[in-house]
Amino acid sequence: MPRSVLILFAHPAYHRSRANRALVDAVQGLEGVTFHDLYESYPDLMVDVPREQELLAEHDAVVAQHPFYWYSAPALIKEWIDLVLTHGWAYGEGGTALTGKTWLSAITSGGSEDSYGPSGGNRFSVAEFMRPFEATVALCHMRWLEPFVVHASHLVSQTELADAALSYRERILALQRDG
Amino acid sequence: MAHDFLTQAFVFLAASVVSVLIASRLGLGSVLGYLVAGALIGPFGLGFVGDPESVMHAAELGVVIMLFLIGLELEPALLWRLRTAILGLGSAQVAVSGLTLAGVGMLFGLDWRIAVAAGFILSLSSTAIVMQSLREKGLAATDFGRAAFSVLLFQDLAVIPMLALFPLLATAPGSEARMGPLASLPAWAQTIAVFAAVGAVVLVGRLLTRPMFRLIARLRLNEIFTAAALALVAGVALLMQSVGLSPALGAFVAGVVLADSEYRHELQSDIEPFRALLLGLFFISVGAGIDIPLIVARPLLILALVAGLVVVNAATLYVLARAFGRPRPDAIMIALALAQGGEFAFVLFAFAQTGGVVPGSVAGPLVAAVALSRALTPLLFVLGSHAASALADSVTREAPADLPLDDRPHAVIAGFGRFGQIVHRVLRANGYSTSILEHSADQVESVRSFGNKANYGDASRVDLLRAAGAEDAKLLVVAVDNQAKALEIVEVAQKHFSHLKILARAFDRSHAYELMKRNIDAIERETFEGALRLGSVALRALGWGAHRAERAAGLFRRHDERNMRSMFEIWGEGDDSAEYRSAVSARRAMVDEMLRRDLVTHQVSAPDEAWDTQSLDAEVERRTRAK
Repeated sequence: MPRSVLILFAHPAYHRSRANRALVDAVQGLEGVTFHDLYESYPDLMVDVPREQELLAEHDAVVAQHPFYWYSAPALIKEWIDLVLTHGWAYGEGGTALTGKTWLSAITSGGSEDSYGPSGGNRFSVAEFMRPFEATVALCHMRWLEPFVVHASHLVSQTELADAALSYRERILALQRDG
Repeated sequence: MAHDFLTQAFVFLAASVVSVLIASRLGLGSVLGYLVAGALIGPFGLGFVGDPESVMHAAELGVVIMLFLIGLELEPALLWRLRTAILGLGSAQVAVSGLTLAGVGMLFGLDWRIAVAAGFILSLSSTAIVMQSLREKGLAATDFGRAAFSVLLFQDLAVIPMLALFPLLATAPGSEARMGPLASLPAWAQTIAVFAAVGAVVLVGRLLTRPMFRLIARLRLNEIFTAAALALVAGVALLMQSVGLSPALGAFVAGVVLADSEYRHELQSDIEPFRALLLGLFFISVGAGIDIPLIVARPLLILALVAGLVVVNAATLYVLARAFGRPRPDAIMIALALAQGGEFAFVLFAFAQTGGVVPGSVAGPLVAAVALSRALTPLLFVLGSHAASALADSVTREAPADLPLDDRPHAVIAGFGRFGQIVHRVLRANGYSTSILEHSADQVESVRSFGNKANYGDASRVDLLRAAGAEDAKLLVVAVDNQAKALEIVEVAQKHFSHLKILARAFDRSHAYELMKRNIDAIERETFEGALRLGSVALRALGWGAHRAERAAGLFRRHDERNMRSMFEIWGEGDDSAEYRSAVSARRAMVDEMLRRDLVTHQVSAPDEAWDTQSLDAEVERRTRAK
């Protein structure tokens, strides 16, 4: 039985994003994958907590797909985390709703791969920047996977982008197979 | 044979029905059908219509109304948008075709003035035939259709200077009967008179017609509006005739003057049935005007003239279209579609003949040639599309230019009161064009004074929606304040323009349900968002923080919308019986109670739990104590 995947997609300027469009096109409509565009659902940032918790409960794996804004995520992703991962449900006493589920962050970054690291302009690695997410996932008893990253999203060529989209699709299919 | 009115009407109508039926069945289009009908019943055919004068009178009325409508189409904004296409291909075609045809005429020994006048008259194509054929074949919105349209637009405009300048080319004194008081004036004075008369029509049209139509529109009697429109056309025609000018020219100018007025759509829609019938009548009279004895007597001359006219026009158009960068299939289609002579030729030849510019001996055969060339149009169209598709197979097609035919709106807004205006401004501010229909003449006038372009008209009429651009638009915003009218507009739009997304303003809940029943794309209760905002402001006034108040309002909106949907299911089950009403009131009480409980629970378990650390604090406290 393949695992069900919930893609939480957040891009406040999707109409301008070449990289995210390619990624979305590669996975949208896959069987067993629920594509959930957060900025389309909550343009007013009024996240519907019961609905989101229901969606999480229904799926085995969660993919958070978003641009790597300011070494982090667009505001709605943070809002979603603040509101949906409630105490007593996702973490803390009796907070076991997400136990055993898998979390994959899929991010697009404007910087090149070598710009992340001690010698690069961004000083830290992507893994280091992603620590708050990793810790959040751990607190909610979920399994953290190595993030899927598309680097230099503004400069990447159309063929490189197509390759990236293909390997994203592979990651999602692998998630369905192996969790 | 009796030639009373009823007999004539019967002969005309019956002949057109039969001929158009046959022509359409043969795939030749209605225009050829009318022409054949005319030739059959005309004085040179079976002679059912014996009096050529009466036929020409009918034809003139048809021409006048048609030119008024052509003028109405010439919106200044549209001309400005298409200026490069019109001035480029259009002006080049008239100049080159006109001079070439004039040259041919001079080769055959015509006086240069006669040759120039005749050449330019023959350079004009038939807007009526071509546009009708394009629409019938669904080609109007193609690249080729747009190019053809711009050429025709320029030709329509070129008629004015031709009418004005022809007296300068006069070789003989004009005939008194037609030229009236102007005939005694010298040529230069006649030219000045033409410009003066046109100027007068423009001035009167600008200053007087709009207040007049506004007064009439307030009556809200459609037939009086139609009567006024026809009276206006007839009046202008009479005025022009009385100073010895072409009534068609007057009607054309009156149309142009009213083209950017708010009554344009209403005028077009109201006169449209008259246009359709009178245009048929016009084509019949052209058919009746074909001098069959002349053709029979000198068949070779006429055939040579037809061939020369079509070949010169087509060759010029093809070469110029290629020079202006059109792909070969398009150029072929443009060349063959526009090769025929235009209806202006009949008007201009009559004008030139009575003005002493072109003698009857020259005009007669040319009129016959023009009529015949028009009859060839359907055949040329068929030939053109075969040639074009053969070429298109071998040539890779260029990407279609993304240039709209005119300023086709993205959205049609019905109702331009307090509500529709805001919708309009949001769309405009973000780069979308709108087309506005408003039923109150006073409202149209007042928003016009602020520079908004609203058109007067009832949006529940199919023809007006179509005139406002509903066929090309993506959205229809129903923002009228009359509840029943809103439902009517929705139904008409769904029936006739199924591609449109329909967004509507609802007066209240039950009106919203009525709209929901019709399954449209979005409904907004007119007072809801404003009241909700004021509710949020009220919470702030009571000491709440701005963000908390905003979220409370957002939550209220979400629950109210959900309740609307569940209430709608109950509402939709019944009709207007007493039983249904009591069920609704019971349900309403239940839903109100549900809403109240919902709000209460949500106040306790607010969505802001992540920041409300009560439960987390409690857990931390328990743990500390346990240690």
